[in-house]
Amino acid sequence: MNLTLKVWRQKSAQDAGKFETYQVSDISPDMSFLEMMDVLNEQLISKGTESVVFDHDCREGICGMCSMFINGEAHGPDRGVTTCQLHMRKFKDGDTITVEPWRAKAFPVVRDLMVDRSAFDRVIQAGGYISVNTMGNLPDANATPIEKHDADAAFDAATCIGCGACVATCKNASAMLFVSAKVSQFALLPQGQVEATDRVRNMVQQMDLEGFGNCTNTGACEVECPKGISIENIARMNREYLKASITA
Amino acid sequence: MSSKLNSRIPEGPISEKWTKHKGTIPLVSPANKRRIDIIVVGTGLAGSSAAASLAELGYNVKAFCFQDSPRRAHSIAAQGGINAAKNYQNDGDSVFRLFYDTVKGGDYRSREANVHRLAEVSASIIDQCVAQGVPFARDYGGLLDNRSFGGVQVSRTFYAKGQTGQQLLLGAYSALERQVAKGRVKMYARHEMVDLVVVDGKARGIIARNLVTGELERHSAHAVIIASGGYGNVFYLSTNAMGSNVTAAWKAHKKGAFFANPCFTQIHPTCIPVSGESQSKLTLMSESLRNDGRIWVPASLEDAKAIREGRLKATDLTEEQRDYYLERRYPAFGNLVPRDVASRAAKERCDAGYGVNKTGEAVYLDFSAAIMRYGQEQANLKNMTNASEAEIRAMGTKVVESKYGNLFQMYEKITDENPYVTPMKIYPAVHYTMGGLWVDYNLMSTVPGLFVAGEANFSDHGANRLGASALMQGLADGYFVLPYTVGTFLADDIRTGSISTDLPEFAEAEAAAKARLEGFLNANGSTPVEVFHRRLGKIVWDKIGMARSESGLKTAIEEIRALREEFYRDVKVLGGMFEMNPELDKANRVADFMELAELMALDALTRNESCGGHFREEYQSEEGEALRQDEEFAFVSAWEFTDNDPGKATLHKEDLVFDNVKLVTRSYK
Repeated sequence: MNLTLKVWRQKSAQDAGKFETYQVSDISPDMSFLEMMDVLNEQLISKGTESVVFDHDCREGICGMCSMFINGEAHGPDRGVTTCQLHMRKFKDGDTITVEPWRAKAFPVVRDLMVDRSAFDRVIQAGGYISVNTMGNLPDANATPIEKHDADAAFDAATCIGCGACVATCKNASAMLFVSAKVSQFALLPQGQVEATDRVRNMVQQMDLEGFGNCTNTGACEVECPKGISIENIARMNREYLKASITA
Repeated sequence: MSSKLNSRIPEGPISEKWTKHKGTIPLVSPANKRRIDIIVVGTGLAGSSAAASLAELGYNVKAFCFQDSPRRAHSIAAQGGINAAKNYQNDGDSVFRLFYDTVKGGDYRSREANVHRLAEVSASIIDQCVAQGVPFARDYGGLLDNRSFGGVQVSRTFYAKGQTGQQLLLGAYSALERQVAKGRVKMYARHEMVDLVVVDGKARGIIARNLVTGELERHSAHAVIIASGGYGNVFYLSTNAMGSNVTAAWKAHKKGAFFANPCFTQIHPTCIPVSGESQSKLTLMSESLRNDGRIWVPASLEDAKAIREGRLKATDLTEEQRDYYLERRYPAFGNLVPRDVASRAAKERCDAGYGVNKTGEAVYLDFSAAIMRYGQEQANLKNMTNASEAEIRAMGTKVVESKYGNLFQMYEKITDENPYVTPMKIYPAVHYTMGGLWVDYNLMSTVPGLFVAGEANFSDHGANRLGASALMQGLADGYFVLPYTVGTFLADDIRTGSISTDLPEFAEAEAAAKARLEGFLNANGSTPVEVFHRRLGKIVWDKIGMARSESGLKTAIEEIRALREEFYRDVKVLGGMFEMNPELDKANRVADFMELAELMALDALTRNESCGGHFREEYQSEEGEALRQDEEFAFVSAWEFTDNDPGKATLHKEDLVFDNVKLVTRSYK
């Protein structure tokens, strides 16, 4: 396959940035999108141009590091995958592909296609945990049975990889899907009940402080989420938040 | 035993060593802990759990990771599960059996006392994780579910679908972030350790490169913990993350920490086969799949050839035309033999011409029998006495989907084939490294104050790791071992006061790191780093991979030395030093892999036996099984970096004493 790439280049957060156009050839349909970017980078280096910077690590769709906005979609045209699992067979020979970083006020560009998602870490710091220290003598793991459907739903919420596709996709750059997934995981488990009130209030407060937008229920986040996190979680978080506001 | 090695194994019966030792480790009072700084490098299971636990105790912790967030460390990709001797299934499991299986699985090249401790604390890990809200799989009664893994005959593996590593890491990450919020841990993301600072013979800090600004930073502490993972990326293609590297461990090695058993590397039997030249990494298909998948190749060479040429499909072959070679060779364990055995068996069949993809390097992993078996079970449960084959298949597919759905989806995305219908194609790939920095019972290296945890150390898996034991070891080290054992070193440091980064040792280390990085930039060569890495990987895979020979290893050493020389002369790294420069970071990592590769070859050459992941062609039985040489090689190879040349490293031997497990030929037949 031969492709034309329009890639966003930006030296630093302060730099204005612009699109550069590159050609790549002999791309195999079995390559992942990032392997195609590797080919581009090797080509650029050989010509004396600095390589395109992008975040990536595990390349098996679980670390949440890769974060490209491809042809106007987070992680590109395929569903249920991250950019590293997107394969070139989803494109056609001769295509022009536009590659941008996540665009959101709370995710400033670091360089080229790499953004700063530390806002997510700070939201977790605000309450995305259960306050239990490391102890050698906790109750036995089977002491509290948990209804299978609740455990499975908590697991589904917990599979969020924190990539930020939801924020990048949302026209308001809202982080509700990310935050609600963590709130839901704990809301569904007995271990999470003790701190439930403070958790939801503090995490929502931090989310707002970071500059994420509001949720207007378009549901776009759910469509683009590579892990299929459901917007039911947002409804659950709203319930948790309301409950916390009333009981406070 | 070498006089430079003291394993500090406590006296007494094996089941009492840890309890007694914990009771005698000097304590550091809460007030004094506040005056002690600890650096943790790496935030995977071992690093995150150690950093969080030490901060909870009151130490000042500084944690470093090269990713943009500690949650991204590669532990996140572990799929299948975590072992614990809970015996919830009432199938005869116990601490001793987990200990025994691990020593045997490691082909009798691990340290008994460490492994026993691992088995002892395993149950607490599950309790800890459940308390943190880790959503393990449960059955309909609400209790935790288990499955079985290779090399064992009990079900002791806890899991969260095919994402156990993710769930455990997010648990440890949330514990870590809780301490970051409290200010007990200072987190340095997008930072990479580029050197260890040793003051008066003790590890007192690191030089870290800020990967965003490019600046070199000095960080001091009273102790340093390296939890930076394994070195599988020395093979270029592996199941490791792209950024996984040996640099932190290798720098520590060059500053005096012995490197143990570097040739013990694990080739995982079930990975998606290589598809093309530009491939950047290999994807694992969890070992848990071998619970239900059956591995086979065509029984005849003609059929294999027809399949490779696309004239025949897997599903065209009848049962009689298939060779379920693991079930044939190892009837007792069947498809659940340990990883090294399964990998070599796949290589043997493919080398003999029975491979089933274009490259000839793939075997089938087939779920059709499991789908029908589960489907029939569902039909029975629903009293469907006249269920059609299609109905049974549909119900069975649902059960398999609920168990392995995400793995099947991943397979389909990568290969564009539906594994519910066509058998998966798999081939072995580099996955884990048992070797690592040598540590004593307290997990301290030969540099006082330098501790090593998780995959970065060598201690628990011998020559071969059993499935679902890496997660167990990472969390054991971080949650339940280091928080105690750091006291053995730090109790003497309560009056030391903070360590100044103005000491000459810091300035020297920083200057050396700067000179080294500038060297790559100034080489002005013509070849990108990636090309060198790929070439290195090919040498290591071909000659220090699944089968090794004396002549191959000697050639490998020559080729690696030549490649290294070419690298320094001809590497092309653009951009500058004090800016974000991923190519420069990569050059720094690949340079260390090139030195490590030579030590791996040297180690493999020295070990004239076959054991676990180390298979020397000269040492095999007539049936092709590995031949261990216990008389001569029941020791840990601990290499000291000498003469400023990885090829001139000095070998020290830690003799392994087996008082509780009898050394026998490992048989899974």
